[in-house]
Amino acid sequence: MKKKLDRRETVKSLLLGGVAGGLVLQGCQPGAESDTKSETAEEQVPGGGYGRTEEEMARDQALKEQEFLTAHELATITVLCDIILPADENSGSATDAGVPDFIAFIVKDMPYHQVPVRGGLMWLDHESNSRFGKKFVDCTAADQVAIIDDIAYPDKVDPGLSQGAKFFSLMRDLTMTGFYTTKIGIDDLGFVGNIPNVWDGVPDEVLKEQGLEYDQEWLSKCIDQSTRDKMPEWDDEKNLIG
Amino acid sequence: MQIKEQSTQYDVCIVGSGAGGGMAANKLAEAGLKVALLEAGPFFDPAKPEYQTQLKWPWESPRRGAGSTRAFGDFDAAYGGWEIEGEPYTRKNGTEFDWFRSRMLGGRTNHWGRISLRFGPLDFRRGDYDGRGDNWPISYDDVAPYYDKVDKMLGVFGSKENLPNEPDGYFLPPPKPRLHELHYIKAARKANVPVIPSRLSILTRPINKQRGVCFYCRQCSRACRVYADFSSSTCLVIPALEGNNIDLYTNAMVREVTTDENGKATGVSYINKEDLQEYQVKAKTVILAASACATARILLNSKNTRHSNGLGNSSGLVGKYLHDSTGASRSGFVPALMNRKRYNEDGVGGMHVYTPWWLDSKKQDFARGYHIEVWGGMGMPSYGTGFGVSEMNRFVRDATVGGYGSKLKEDARRFYGAVVGMSGRGECLAREDNYCEIDPNVVDKYGIPVLRFHYTWSDDEVKQAKHMQDTFEEILTNMGAELLGNKPGPESQYGLAAPGRIIHEVGTTRMGSDPKKSVTNSKQQLHDVDNVYVVDGGPFVSQADKNPTWTILALSWRTSDIIIDNFKKMNI
Repeated sequence: MKKKLDRRETVKSLLLGGVAGGLVLQGCQPGAESDTKSETAEEQVPGGGYGRTEEEMARDQALKEQEFLTAHELATITVLCDIILPADENSGSATDAGVPDFIAFIVKDMPYHQVPVRGGLMWLDHESNSRFGKKFVDCTAADQVAIIDDIAYPDKVDPGLSQGAKFFSLMRDLTMTGFYTTKIGIDDLGFVGNIPNVWDGVPDEVLKEQGLEYDQEWLSKCIDQSTRDKMPEWDDEKNLIG
Repeated sequence: MQIKEQSTQYDVCIVGSGAGGGMAANKLAEAGLKVALLEAGPFFDPAKPEYQTQLKWPWESPRRGAGSTRAFGDFDAAYGGWEIEGEPYTRKNGTEFDWFRSRMLGGRTNHWGRISLRFGPLDFRRGDYDGRGDNWPISYDDVAPYYDKVDKMLGVFGSKENLPNEPDGYFLPPPKPRLHELHYIKAARKANVPVIPSRLSILTRPINKQRGVCFYCRQCSRACRVYADFSSSTCLVIPALEGNNIDLYTNAMVREVTTDENGKATGVSYINKEDLQEYQVKAKTVILAASACATARILLNSKNTRHSNGLGNSSGLVGKYLHDSTGASRSGFVPALMNRKRYNEDGVGGMHVYTPWWLDSKKQDFARGYHIEVWGGMGMPSYGTGFGVSEMNRFVRDATVGGYGSKLKEDARRFYGAVVGMSGRGECLAREDNYCEIDPNVVDKYGIPVLRFHYTWSDDEVKQAKHMQDTFEEILTNMGAELLGNKPGPESQYGLAAPGRIIHEVGTTRMGSDPKKSVTNSKQQLHDVDNVYVVDGGPFVSQADKNPTWTILALSWRTSDIIIDNFKKMNI
């Protein structure tokens, strides 16, 4: 029978002790999904919700109050982000994951991105103006993709468009990192950690698939997780005897 | 918590609450001495929600955990970094040294890999072994009983291996290797490089009722809310504060050791960072544990007519023999790890396996040796995840680099967890001409003269880094990996990290029996001033290829016992 603990309960139980050992004995793993509501509740604690010092909170706040990207720039970024990571059968789009807001913040946090991003967006509008007589956001989807196709494959770019390719690679990196650091992205990636659990080695089927195995000598040194609640005892030769 | 002016005469005043200071505070208070513990930063306790970063998700940080505010990212527990606003340091003659400071309760024990290695018998007598430096005035046998006690008090997992220069401890059982670590073991062994379970101060089983057991979130660097890993704040200082023998002064930036007309220390003076006023703490004994370089700075700044060269500096060696570990890394993309089945492989906050130094140093073209740390796996995404993922397509037949759309999501999924890397951490020779001194022209925002560094790598360290790169390449190749980036060559000193980057600097108040050739004696007591002790990494004569924390703890406990003994004798 599977006993399900949510993240908060599990942490609480581990704090009190005992439960984690129980998890092993029952062969249960806590559910991987997190409760976003409890996360929101946690953000109410002092420290800005993620352990900030006063100075760090002030810096975060100052950055949030600043504006760098213009509405037009942000609109262009939004189009680009969703070309880079559209919604599909596996997960939502970059804008579903709030990537444009992330980029708007990160260029303030890391000012060295400012010229490449702003200049790259200007480059893009210049390119679409010369090809289609319109700014990039005003082009049809087909025209937008026609430009992107020419700058999206760094190994096959016409030398005359190399700066555009460099800009697109930057946008791809920022979009990817903005996406995979959200719940939508993490679920798509299949990361199932960041939750209290009891590590007891690589699953057997994975070992088999990889053609690997634990050797017995090594395993004999490792923790037997049924003893994880037990105080250790050693003999004078430093052998763990209990 | 903040006490402004005190008339209390303390038995002991301790400067710094990291490994050395925390241990001394804990032991001296336990013995009933009245202790003033001064910390240059704020209070910190990861059991309290306002300090917690553990188990947070990347989106809880607007920069997704990037390092633009904290050096190792928003979620790292350590405040501070290589640059601290208003607290500069300088460098001499175009040389390099990066100085990491963590101003907070527990100091830099809030940022470390929990790698807890004992120095071996050979590490205490390098002078005899290769003549490239000096012996320590103490041997492994002097320190061993304290290593034993530290193991039992603070907990370390590992395995009994009976290796000659990698002494075993009282180990808790280690966790099983992760998948990429199994690949590493196989590939390293094929290259005749041994691998053993790592030795980290993380509790896989309980050692007392105050601390919880590891719940395998891989986030020791974020500080553990159940105290399942060692840091000085959670395991030494906070428990000791429950007694009544310690007054903790936070945000107290020590300027100098004060002395009387006989040249004896009377306490310390400090700047209270909150009101920017200067105060004095009076104590019968002063223990410096501010970190190797910060302690040297305090001693050099404690200049007066009796100590014209700085306190304890009749040898002129305070600040000299500064040495940090060498470090170099390489990584590779392992096709066998593509399209991995998902499961939680967080494990503990660090590697589960490692390679201790395995060769005969005398047969190499460089001095001493290094150990290898291995990393990889399906880690939690943070800022940087997804950068250049598509580049990995270069290694896959018929695949295209770049692009957009669902293809990118497919790339992210199939390449996730397929990169494995290794880092070498080695011993640097201790040299008199690597040093820190007081910059005659610069003060920090508290008006305290700052340090100026002079540091170069010698040919030995460069050749050691070359050996690391050759070894990494061989092991990664054995793993079937495609090596990422170009192999670092002589133009980059084989990828040797800048001095200070590994954050293991020691040696600035080195111990010895000859007061002309050393700053402290075998008790870590200043030769020149018998009521001042140094219990950080400063007294290290040589550094070994081992992380210094466990040795700092053992030596600090040993010195604390000596001090307790002195007090008992005086009282009787």
